[in-house]
Amino acid sequence: MPDQPLDPEPEVTAPRTSRRRASLLIGVLCLLLGFALAVQVRTTSADSGLGSARQEDLVRILDDLSAREDRLRQDIAGQEEIRDRLATGGNQADTALAEARLRQQQLAILAGTVVAQGPGIELTVSDPGDGVGPEVLLDAIQELRAAGAEAIQIGDVRIGVSTAVTGNPGSLVIDGTSLSAPYRIVVIGDPPTLETALNIPGGVVNTVSRAGGQTRIEQREQVTVSALRVLEPPEYAQPAPEND
Amino acid sequence: MIPALALALGIVLGLILDPTVPLWLQPYLPIAVVAALDSVFGGVRARLDGIFDAKVFVVSFVSNVLVAALIVFLGDQLGVGAQLSTAVVVVLGIRIFGNAAAIRRHVFRA
Repeated sequence: MPDQPLDPEPEVTAPRTSRRRASLLIGVLCLLLGFALAVQVRTTSADSGLGSARQEDLVRILDDLSAREDRLRQDIAGQEEIRDRLATGGNQADTALAEARLRQQQLAILAGTVVAQGPGIELTVSDPGDGVGPEVLLDAIQELRAAGAEAIQIGDVRIGVSTAVTGNPGSLVIDGTSLSAPYRIVVIGDPPTLETALNIPGGVVNTVSRAGGQTRIEQREQVTVSALRVLEPPEYAQPAPEND
Repeated sequence: MIPALALALGIVLGLILDPTVPLWLQPYLPIAVVAALDSVFGGVRARLDGIFDAKVFVVSFVSNVLVAALIVFLGDQLGVGAQLSTAVVVVLGIRIFGNAAAIRRHVFRA
């Protein structure tokens, strides 16, 4: 529904001055329109749209922003809580893991399932007369343990909790492995204490010499107990529930 | 010819001067521009139809702008300014489309 065709008044005999004035007016209007158009475009692109927004729009935008901020703050709080929980949980798990590793290493050395090294002594028992019996070796093991030995190896056999020394003088058997003299015993522990324990009157050195053998003890800063034991899982015994 | 030149000159002037729109005018300026555009399209169409009248054009131009601004002003006073602005823009847009279609038929004969 265009404006113009509604009242068509074709000028037929308009005076010249009137026509000039009209076209001037039209020109001014068009100038104004262009000016306003450019200004409006500039204004719209200049501000972010908030400047020309209405009050109710602004209030709604503000409400939206506030609600969003609340939501984000809640998110932040939740995430921080999770982060804290994960951090402490991670720390606890790490500590527990480190403790378990340490304990496992200690138990492995005790059980003889890992190679152990440290200060200790090397004890060599020679038995030219085949007089050293299993009880002498057993004595030696017990003496060394009493002196604080932490890992013992006789020949190629690691000494553990279930070690048995059997056989006859001259043909000793430890845990099913037969040994022959001289017996080489590697012990990890405090070297002076171990040597003293072996040398006490009525001790290992005495007993061996009485049986016709000889002992040689060397203190070392570093010895390696390299023989390993195979652990048999317990068939009957089970850990009892802890009551404390 | 003169109106087109004046329009271009106005755009250039607006870009160069880059004045700040007064706050009270800001809601009405875009509506006024759209209304004026509608009048210009109507004028071009009338010109092509051969029934252009300068007086009608000027009066319709001014009254279009004033009425559009008045409607928006009223809407603001009644609390439905945004909706009425939309309504005005929609109506003017439809008119501009109609006029543009008529101009197109004149120019391209299609």
